Amino acid sequence: MNAIYSLVFVFALVLIPLFGVGAAQQTYFFGVCVPWTAFLIFLVFFTAKIIKWASRPVPFSIPTTAGQQWSNLDFIVHDKYDNPATTGQTWIRMILEVFAFRSLFRNTSMRVAMKDGKPIVGYFSAKWLWLFALMFHYAFFTIAVRHLRLFLNPVPKVFEILETLDGLLQIGIPRLYLTDMVIVAAVMFLLLRRVAVPTVRYISQVADYFPLLLILAIAASGIYMRYYAKVDVVAIKQLILGMVTLHPVKPIPATIDISFFIHLFLVSTLIFYFPFSKLMHLGGVFLSPTRNMPNDSRFVRHVNPWNDPNIKPHSYAAYEDDFRTPMIAAGLPVDKEA
Amino acid sequence: MAKVPNQADLLQSMNYTPPAKGWMDVPPNLAPGNWAYPAKAEKVEYLGFPNPRQWSPADEDWKLPPDWWQRIHEGFKERLGKYRSLQVFMDICVRCGACADKCHFFIGSGDPKNMPVLRAELLRSIYRNDFTMAGKILGRLAGARPLTLDVIKEWFIYFYQCTECRRCSLFCPYGIDTAEVTMMARELLHLVGVGINWILEPASNCNRTGNHLGIQPHAFKDIVDFMVDDIEEITGVRVNAPLNEKGHEVLFITPSGDAFADPGIYTFMGYLLLFHHIGLDYTLSTYASEGGNFGLFTSADLMKKINGKMYHEAKRLGSKWILGGECGHMWRVINQYMDTMNGPADFLSVPTSPITGTVFKNAAQTKMLHICEFTADLMKHGKLNIDKSRNAGKVVTFHDSCNPARAMGLLDEPRYVIKNVVDTYVDMPAQTIREQTFCCAGGSGLNTDEIMEIRLRGGLPRGNALKYVQDRYGVDTLACICAIDRATLPPLADYWAPGVSVTGVHEMVGNALIMEGEGERTMNLRQEPLPGMEEEEV
Ligand code: HEM
Ligand code: SF4
Ligand code: SF4
Repeated sequence: MNAIYSLVFVFALVLIPLFGVGAAQQTYFFGVCVPWTAFLIFLVFFTAKIIKWASRPVPFSIPTTAGQQWSNLDFIVHDKYDNPATTGQTWIRMILEVFAFRSLFRNTSMRVAMKDGKPIVGYFSAKWLWLFALMFHYAFFTIAVRHLRLFLNPVPKVFEILETLDGLLQIGIPRLYLTDMVIVAAVMFLLLRRVAVPTVRYISQVADYFPLLLILAIAASGIYMRYYAKVDVVAIKQLILGMVTLHPVKPIPATIDISFFIHLFLVSTLIFYFPFSKLMHLGGVFLSPTRNMPNDSRFVRHVNPWNDPNIKPHSYAAYEDDFRTPMIAAGLPVDKEA
Repeated sequence: MAKVPNQADLLQSMNYTPPAKGWMDVPPNLAPGNWAYPAKAEKVEYLGFPNPRQWSPADEDWKLPPDWWQRIHEGFKERLGKYRSLQVFMDICVRCGACADKCHFFIGSGDPKNMPVLRAELLRSIYRNDFTMAGKILGRLAGARPLTLDVIKEWFIYFYQCTECRRCSLFCPYGIDTAEVTMMARELLHLVGVGINWILEPASNCNRTGNHLGIQPHAFKDIVDFMVDDIEEITGVRVNAPLNEKGHEVLFITPSGDAFADPGIYTFMGYLLLFHHIGLDYTLSTYASEGGNFGLFTSADLMKKINGKMYHEAKRLGSKWILGGECGHMWRVINQYMDTMNGPADFLSVPTSPITGTVFKNAAQTKMLHICEFTADLMKHGKLNIDKSRNAGKVVTFHDSCNPARAMGLLDEPRYVIKNVVDTYVDMPAQTIREQTFCCAGGSGLNTDEIMEIRLRGGLPRGNALKYVQDRYGVDTLACICAIDRATLPPLADYWAPGVSVTGVHEMVGNALIMEGEGERTMNLRQEPLPGMEEEEV
């Protein structure tokens, strides 16, 4: 049901620019106003959320330790990057998390089989989620970077290299990008997994299907523009450069195909939606206390800003007052004789 | 103890296919057996917690205060402001499900609300409703739902079906720690007087008598004397076990469970033998006679209050540093909370082994050393006189307790100690040990018998791994470094891997130590004949 809702939403999002540009000819609204608004909202609310997170204190040092601790016993081998003891080691842990999805790499799947009426709980390596999630993110990232060529004039050399690499297969004209295929395949996998695995389907909400479908629609419209509609990239770049330099071109060149406005509207929606959604894991992962702290609280002081000095233990004196007579009778030392 | 189904029936009832209805529409099962007994009014009152009363989760009316909604809402808001962990974990879960089948309670039941992600959603759905724009506008479409009495009941069931073991957090791509969420949810429930007796009674006992079991000082002395007598009977050596004495170098603190129940007492005797063997200048304390801290399972404030005794006592006694015994959650508190809450303990010095001279810089701030670190160092330096043959015939495996594993990383020290005192050691499968270890299913104050079925279900992954090495390698001994484990693993083993006995690491050390001036050793600390001595039994 949640998947259907999301599908309907995404369809509606396609229809809006389709009519808005197609029938009502609101090219300026869809080509300039919407993207700018979305971008501003993104900027403000993304920043606000990061500030909100960062301003929350971290009262305790709570890293999840994923390996052997560091100690003075040199015959015991410290697992530096899964249980970091220093800031440097913690950096490496974070880099592994962010660029290689270290934790997800541990993933296993569990199955209970019966043999002679007795259970066998088995754990199997399950790297599919890791693999496709990684493919998805790298493809997404590369595509985003590739888009920068539309924003920069002249286009720096690195972007051309990136494009050449991405088009390495040398199939078709225009060149087929690897990342286009990868992102579609990976998103399809993530979607299918959500629908097909009963437990994952059970936990999935509209907010889980929606971004995936939206990204799929963005990719699809992008691919359509590039390989089928063969849109007027020169005019589009003009429009975009106008936008980023705050001198919007007017009128919007009529040669721009409607598919571009659909693509742009969907991207605007994603950008607008981003700060209010789970996509904020992008920022959150950096602030997760179980990952970004060294396991050093036994040898480096960690301060809790709201630590309440008025919380005191039930004192020894009160304890002795409570039990002095039997303590003396039992021959236990006391601070105050009765 | 509540009646528990036999293995076949229990396995039959496990079903990993989620129900057709969405989880928000599935009410929790409030039948007895699904919850631990609620806290007694007098314990709640003693701790100064709100709303002490007599009530039962089976009743329709839980007798919450009239402003319960307000209290939870305000309490939630306050904690979102105080804990970055909570705020971030509420915002960033992508529901990828990587954590789903990592929880022992899910594995043993198939109940979808035991998937860590859904357990956290029980709270997150309220967060969205009360604190996010999308939730306020879109409601259920955005995964939000209002806070109702039924939600409180659901929280009570599922946040007391989480042992705060953190296994889920190991696998989460963002490190979302459902244990942290559970801790927050339990704090919220306490605001309206919803808590369990198995946690609040030990906590209040600990506050007054110094230990969970409510053992008063003179009784504690009797217990220690009794152990000293037993040791003399077994070894012919009368060990010295000072209590509450000032001016000793080391204060030794261990969980009181080991002073009380089988098989923990043998571990305690192991400590006494070890300290005597090396001539350690130490004292025990009756005031700080508890290493464990059920405050960790209650609230940050209570944890701090209870933990404060350790430094308070070390200062009063003039000790130089503190040595801590085998305990799981105690070491989470010491490693991750103690110095922050009650430090800095400048009056203590960096733990230094008086025997080997090793300076334990890794405990430079807390001034508190783990007994396994201490013993491993002694062994490495050849300071212990050991006769492994006393443990001959044992095939030993080791259960990593959740907290030393995932909130500290004490993995190889205990293994090193074990391998020095036994001939045959094997590990359980890799996915069930070390940082991936499975809980005994009785942690975080859930080691009570009225929820035995829940515990045994949650014990399936550990029990099954144990059964595996039992069948394959003939493992007959399960070693652990936790007093709760020593209470919870025996029934677990009896159910899932009958024939395996549970032991503390220092029990085996105690057995292996050749004491100066000892008589012929014919019995182990359990007063069972040693290998080769069986025929001498009459
Ligand atoms: C440590 C870094 C990150 C990890 C481990 C991570 C992991 C994941 C995972 C597991 C998913 C869920 C796939 C599913 O639906 O089952 C996901 C989705 C997504 N992530 Fe990331 N991510 C990371 C960083 C980023 C960054 C930097 C971006 C930047 C744009 C990003 C954007 C997205 C998007 C757009 C989705 C897809 C939408 C969705 O599934 O809801 N992520 N990520
Ligand atoms: S692994 Fe983390 S992000 Fe994935 S569902 Fe579990 S808590 Fe959420
Ligand atoms: S902390 Fe442990 S018991 Fe709690 S949800 Fe996570 S895996 Fe389950």
